[in-house]
Amino acid sequence: MTQAQQVDRKLSPAAGFWLRNREVLKKEFSVIGTRVPRIESKNKVTGEARYAADMKFPGMLYGKILRSPYAHAKIISIDTSKAEKLPGVKAVVTGKDTIGARYGLWRLREETMDEQGLALDKVRYVGDEVAAVAAIDEDTAIEALDLIDVKYDVLPALLTPEDAVKDGAPEIHEGIKNNISVNRRIEVGNVDTAWDKCDFVMSDTFKTQVVQHVPMENLASVSIFDSTGKLTVYTSTQSAYFVQCLLAMALGMKEGDIRIIRTFTGGGFGCKLELMGDAFCSALLSKVTGKPVRIAYTRRETFVNSRQKTSMKMDVKVGVKKDGKIHAVEFSTTLDGGAHHSYNVTTTMITGILGTLPYRIPNYRYNGRHVYTNLPVTGAMRGHGAMQPVFALDHMIDLIAKQIGVDPAAMRIMNATQPGDVKIPNICHVSSCGLQEAIAGSAERMNWREKYGKLPDGHGLGIGSYGFFCGALYNYFNTKRPYAECWVRVNQDGTVHIFTLMAEIGQGCDTVISMIVAEVLGVGLDAVTIKSDDTGIVTGDTGAFSSRTTMMAGNAAKAAAEDARRQLFIAAGAKLGLKVQDAFDIKDGNIFIVRTGESMTIAEAAMAHQNANKGAPVLGRGIFTPSSHLQEGTVVSPTWSFGSQVLEVKVDKETGQVSVLNSATAHDCGIALNPLAVEGQLEGSIHMALGYALTEICKFDDKGYMINANFQDYKILSALDMPPVDSIVIDTDDIHGPFGGKEAGEGLTIPTAPAIANAIYDAVGVSIKSLPITPEKILRALKEKEGK
Amino acid sequence: MKRLIHLKVNGEPYEVAIHPYRTLAEVLREELDLIGTKEACKQGDCGSCTVIMDGKTVTSCLTLAVEAEGREIRTIEGEAKNGKLSPVQQAFVDHGAIQCGYCTPGMVMSATALLEQNPKPTEHDVRMGIAGNICRCTGYTKIVEAILALAEGGKK
Repeated sequence: MTQAQQVDRKLSPAAGFWLRNREVLKKEFSVIGTRVPRIESKNKVTGEARYAADMKFPGMLYGKILRSPYAHAKIISIDTSKAEKLPGVKAVVTGKDTIGARYGLWRLREETMDEQGLALDKVRYVGDEVAAVAAIDEDTAIEALDLIDVKYDVLPALLTPEDAVKDGAPEIHEGIKNNISVNRRIEVGNVDTAWDKCDFVMSDTFKTQVVQHVPMENLASVSIFDSTGKLTVYTSTQSAYFVQCLLAMALGMKEGDIRIIRTFTGGGFGCKLELMGDAFCSALLSKVTGKPVRIAYTRRETFVNSRQKTSMKMDVKVGVKKDGKIHAVEFSTTLDGGAHHSYNVTTTMITGILGTLPYRIPNYRYNGRHVYTNLPVTGAMRGHGAMQPVFALDHMIDLIAKQIGVDPAAMRIMNATQPGDVKIPNICHVSSCGLQEAIAGSAERMNWREKYGKLPDGHGLGIGSYGFFCGALYNYFNTKRPYAECWVRVNQDGTVHIFTLMAEIGQGCDTVISMIVAEVLGVGLDAVTIKSDDTGIVTGDTGAFSSRTTMMAGNAAKAAAEDARRQLFIAAGAKLGLKVQDAFDIKDGNIFIVRTGESMTIAEAAMAHQNANKGAPVLGRGIFTPSSHLQEGTVVSPTWSFGSQVLEVKVDKETGQVSVLNSATAHDCGIALNPLAVEGQLEGSIHMALGYALTEICKFDDKGYMINANFQDYKILSALDMPPVDSIVIDTDDIHGPFGGKEAGEGLTIPTAPAIANAIYDAVGVSIKSLPITPEKILRALKEKEGK
Repeated sequence: MKRLIHLKVNGEPYEVAIHPYRTLAEVLREELDLIGTKEACKQGDCGSCTVIMDGKTVTSCLTLAVEAEGREIRTIEGEAKNGKLSPVQQAFVDHGAIQCGYCTPGMVMSATALLEQNPKPTEHDVRMGIAGNICRCTGYTKIVEAILALAEGGKK
């Protein structure tokens, strides 16, 4: 079979698969699968939505944080007396005003918890928190910062992992030898004996850069200690629960005495997931002053003092059979973690898992190590732990395909992960998977067969694939709560109130959770109100990360709605003369007995329930916590999304400038619960991922100071830079997801960087193995190529 | 020293005492409680704080409030009238052009000014018209679609 035929063979099933599932969808659901504009659209488009920095309270003070000018230094002394005397200053706090507690996301392993709200004895990066001021206005607070006198003993700054791991390098965290804090290893099959059985082996080194999430809304919090000693924090966050728990640790309080209210949150992408200086310092200052305190980060602070994406250096070795079948892969990966762990204890492991997800790899070895450096803290970012290894492996596949004369798309289809695959035993098991269809579908949409390798010089086509979590299962946070929790109350007027803690940060989960509940209860979305912002109500939900929203909060919401529905059925059954053999149906706001057609409204059923229960309302409760059975099978995620992207580029050989002319992406997100939102995720992902591939990088000077923490020098693509975005939805009805849904938020960012590298390789024959792929790198490579 | 200035915002007259170095964005947000105007960079790079002054868009974070004296200022709060969204706002809702919503007010003001100056823009005109507004969520696709729908006399 020729390669072209191999591609063809897969084309029609893709289309058929898609249509078949669409048909099923139309019949079964009334709300699920429809294109629903987000339910909070009007609040946002009118400007009435209040974000954290918009919150204002009587007597509120304004806080500012003093940050370290050095990348690595001991604090000798801090004199705050001058600052305290400045008129308008109400409090100055330093590490000495804290309880000195350490906290971190890996509460399961105490030794990994390496953060403190304010530095006690040393600073570890330029921008580390040293002191904080509360004053009557921001100007006064800024002026006071200048009056704080800090004496430092400057230590050598370790700005690269290479320097940090050298023998004799100073320890950034005491007791961490060579600054290597985490080592993770994965071994599948037998890599050592596998190389001999390969027909072709290639090794190379790939590097990815530090980028920042850049949510349009900067981080901000308002903390209010009241006279009873309880704390309320209004904050912009992806996880009110994490902030609540970590704040309790940092302040030495009970979690139950802290209430976190998530305001409208203007994006997060991973950098608003943990306890940051805005929440911690405002809480401490509020405690000291007894007043509400607001701290709003500047853009520089969001860039430097929230989180950044982990840069990696990956030594990769790939062996294939002569037909293109992958036989063995080995990754040795070094993660530059910056000054603290943040999410990187996890990242060091999942990078090893996610690199294997798109393709079948019978023999696989991963060695990952996390290195502390004196740079800003890196951690989780959209496409967490996947964008880096997939860039490396997926570009490597094209380099190999060229060498052995196999079509890259055909090679991907041949190697693609399939439903039921066990990627890593007991860690990564695949349930539904539409990757083959996705590769074929995106290739077909872009006329791969006609165009690949045949475009004029300077034009090229490239493909990339991906797979991603639908929520992490491993309980590193050591939560005692459900992974996700939801209550659904049906009121006697027929309205439905949903209570959850899953964070709406712009990804659309308030809408999709409302859709799920409306579907189960047979009501329209106009009957539904959702409250998802307050730890004072529902307490279980770790938040919006790891693409867990639809899977976990969605399943909890579905279970809660089903519980409420059961209560409605019981109340209705008593009124409608139910017989043992009878079945109910619920739709359009009514409950029916199927046999007789007898019906009552949901409002009447809710009233009947209340009359029979001394007024207690219908209240359904649902949780999602993975069962031990599930955990044995797949420790990492219940199921996985998959997909593929093809890009067409033009490379200007004079300037090295890359223009992306067209794109097609096929995404297997299970059943697309809200296709409008899925498209939005795709379009946003490709924007962010093109920046990652081509323009975005956090740059530091030789002292560890970020020199481009602004929008002039940090290049985010504008509306003029975007290619047409075409999406193909590959529906696979997943058994784990609510109504078959899987993630759509992060996986889509993964394929773009390798697709760009591959398209440039097709266009001008140079291979760029470090991100971002700048014009300078392309020109240099072209020059080298000509020189040969 | 503070100075008394008179502003006309969304048709309403305001009198505020401010330091002359206060920006229009600060005065709108802090003095007038018009928090719909957002600040994301305070350097005039991201367009989140875009308002319309005498028919033209300005980044209110780079405009001193004293410069706005005697001018007609329009902010997002004035776009919906009598509980009815403006055509641009409605198109943003219908087309799914909103995600986190933080860039939305500035984006709506840029789109509104664009359509007032050029009622039938091409796609390139639209992209040019919002090139000064950064959005990190949508990839601009649905925003461009929403504006183009109005340009073609489409869905209001």
